[in-house]
Amino acid sequence: MIDEAVVARVLAAALRTGGDFAEVFAEDKLSSSARLDDGKIEELTSGRDRGAGIRVVRDDTTGFAHTSDLTEEGLRAAAEAAGAAARGGGGGVREVALTRRNNTSPHEVQILPEDVAKSRKADLLLKANDAARAAGGAVRQVGATYGDSHRKILVANSDGLLTTDDQVRTRLMVSCVASGDTGMQTGYEAPGRTIGFELFDEVDPADIAREAARRALVMLKARPAPSGTLPVVLKRGAGGVLFHEACGHGLEADLVGRDASVFRDKVGTQVASPLVNLVDDGTYAREWGTYAIDDEGHPAQRNSLIENGELTDYMWDHLRARKAGRQSSGNGRRQSYHHLPMVRMTNTYVLAGEEDPEEIIRQTPHGIYCVQLGGGQVNTATGDFVFGITEAYMIENGEITHPIRSANLIGNGPEVLRAIDAVGNDFDTWTGTCGKDGQGVPVSSGQPTLRVSAMTVGGTAA
Amino acid sequence: MSELLKLADGIVERARPGEQVEAYLGRSHHTEVKVFDGGVESLSSADTQGVGVRVIVDGRQGFAYAASLDETIVAETLEEARDNAAFGTVDEYLGLVAPDGVEPVDLDLYRPELASFPTDRKVEMALELERAVRAADSRIRGLESAEYGDSTSESAIATTQGIRATTRRSGCSIVASALAGEGTGTMTGTGYSVARTPEDLDMAKAVKDAAEKSTRLLGARKPASRRVTVLLDPSVSSSFLGLLSSGLSASSVIKGRSLFAGRVGEAVAVPFLTLVDDPTEPLAWGAGRYDAEGLASRRNVLISGGVLQGFLHNSYTGRRCDQPSNASAVRGGYRSTPGVGSRALSLTPGDRTQEQLMADVGDGLLVQSVTGLHSGANPISGDFSVGVEGLLFRDGAPAEPVREATIASTLQRMLLDLVAVGGDREWLPGGAAGMTLVIGDVQLSGS
Repeated sequence: MIDEAVVARVLAAALRTGGDFAEVFAEDKLSSSARLDDGKIEELTSGRDRGAGIRVVRDDTTGFAHTSDLTEEGLRAAAEAAGAAARGGGGGVREVALTRRNNTSPHEVQILPEDVAKSRKADLLLKANDAARAAGGAVRQVGATYGDSHRKILVANSDGLLTTDDQVRTRLMVSCVASGDTGMQTGYEAPGRTIGFELFDEVDPADIAREAARRALVMLKARPAPSGTLPVVLKRGAGGVLFHEACGHGLEADLVGRDASVFRDKVGTQVASPLVNLVDDGTYAREWGTYAIDDEGHPAQRNSLIENGELTDYMWDHLRARKAGRQSSGNGRRQSYHHLPMVRMTNTYVLAGEEDPEEIIRQTPHGIYCVQLGGGQVNTATGDFVFGITEAYMIENGEITHPIRSANLIGNGPEVLRAIDAVGNDFDTWTGTCGKDGQGVPVSSGQPTLRVSAMTVGGTAA
Repeated sequence: MSELLKLADGIVERARPGEQVEAYLGRSHHTEVKVFDGGVESLSSADTQGVGVRVIVDGRQGFAYAASLDETIVAETLEEARDNAAFGTVDEYLGLVAPDGVEPVDLDLYRPELASFPTDRKVEMALELERAVRAADSRIRGLESAEYGDSTSESAIATTQGIRATTRRSGCSIVASALAGEGTGTMTGTGYSVARTPEDLDMAKAVKDAAEKSTRLLGARKPASRRVTVLLDPSVSSSFLGLLSSGLSASSVIKGRSLFAGRVGEAVAVPFLTLVDDPTEPLAWGAGRYDAEGLASRRNVLISGGVLQGFLHNSYTGRRCDQPSNASAVRGGYRSTPGVGSRALSLTPGDRTQEQLMADVGDGLLVQSVTGLHSGANPISGDFSVGVEGLLFRDGAPAEPVREATIASTLQRMLLDLVAVGGDREWLPGGAAGMTLVIGDVQLSGS
């Protein structure tokens, strides 16, 4: 993407104002998407994002500039702007010697998206549309989007690091609207993996569409969700987002460092039920949040966060780790070269336990069973978090009964973690986009079927 | 003539016979200063530019974008869009809009003084913001964030149908989030100010809001579940108006995703509710001379006296419904094709302050902030359930603060359960204005 000698000269220019660390992050990303709605392929889109972000750190101050001009002149201008922002009294000439480091990918990509005929991408959508509409006359609308990206990154810094990575992601999203006596309801299904077009060797667009349609049709029969505190059983895969919000964000070292996390000073203490073992794993082959290196060039790692309920570590990026005198945990990520990296999750999941999932439901006299969640939000400083249910049912006398309408559930992270009283022996993951400080990055979360003994369900029924 | 428009013309000139081509170019400059503990944490400055090209040929549409104005890349982008058009479904209603003769209103959205405002003063403002919030109340133990940000941007559209439009705007903001109290009793509160130029930022208001909103929640507890009358703070009601906006788009109506479909001429809200989208209102953050297809912006009345009047249209939905576009095309910059949406949605304000409304209502819940709007509100079914923080009030006076609770209803019911609209209209970033709203009979869930 950029010549090695140019990178070295740009880093040296970046350090000229006295910075003690400089970094070049260059990115060349090709994306393509196809959108079907209302029975028609509305359009195919191709996108090209190419540029570099340069940061210079001096003590606790970071200067940052980015440019879409990858010539030496353009890069130097950005380096000077970043250096000016982090200027100090010192300065002078500092040479940077780069050593190229190769990375091991967690898995191989078989079919690059740019090698696939556009017509094949469009055909997936037509297939999804037909399958969803065949699911029932009450399905009134189908939207389907195919998207892929091939992102090449280069990271070089004044510690002498020079490394590159190729990241390929492919996803299909199907949403359906069903209409009945109670109005309209929606259903959604959207699998994605960090692989190429081979995704469709294992994922049939028709199955995805039927699942989205089934969900919308089930919701037509849904009754208002209850209001108040109830036991909540989360089906495998569906509830990983609970941990993402209840504690994942609170374990990000940048938020901990600014005293904006209820988990500050809690390493080594019991923060969750002994049944909870939580991991953040950027090496999880093929998952949505996987990569060989993070956006600071650090190799992805499997990091244990909670073991038997005890907090073992936070997640770290380069800056926060440097300040704490330790290694990054490979969690420094950014949306694009337009952004500064910060601490982000990758694939965050709870390890399977020992109980039979069906038994967990049977042992719940009155509660709700969540099959699909629709994202969430947390205030890490207070620990309060919400997540939405998009497919859920009542549990009455240990049996799953009628579906309930969408609602948010609200809880406090530390309290909910302690209230987990059953963990199943099954496991699945969920694909999502995590937003923090205006930047979105692909993540996944996962968990076995488990139960929270009490959470507030925000429905409308008394 | 603007350089961007010249570049856009250059792309359009390369249209082949039978092709309709639209070139949309954007360029912006951003500065962001984040401070922490009395020092600068980061200072970012960035220039962004890009092009989006739409090609319509033989009733099919293709699109491509690139984050670059490099000549070779721009040429590739046009080729890609052209190639993509071959795979779309034939749709007789596709087509670029023709100029409709409406003259744009002159709006004062760009202030050249922002470009020459020194970086050191931006840094000083961010540091001053942090200092002042910290000093505002002894119960504030620190700040989660304090930052200054600004941007200047320009865009140009040119098409084979004769559209030629340019826009320039500037904007800046300060925002602070305060941490009050200790440990598990910590509460947060955000204060901000937005303006077109730094001199117009209201530092005192941002400081006061961050301090008051965090400290007045100290001691908050989960309330008992019950039905209540709620007062939505302006920042909250602005988000709710935003939810209504998707149902008012003709695109949602045509595709069967609008809860307002088929209801034009019917009473959908209380009789005193009037809802207007007016991007020619200069105070509106989303104001603009042109819509995203290059037609002059105009005022559209959507609900009047509680009766639904019509929907927002771009040229495509207009053609589908046999009526002209009402200049409501919106797009997320050069990366996407124009959709339909509101830019400056507002209810007609009433004349009561928030305090007066609280006194009128007597007992209820003042909702200061909501969470989980994206996960708990479904603009298609109308169901919503969101996390809330705020203050219960009794006999018109503030009482206990609450946290870890939700409020739930449907958007349809909320329009009919509206009791009063405040006079405290605030134009906020995003497509909708906020003002205090009083809504009766909402389900509060807690313990």
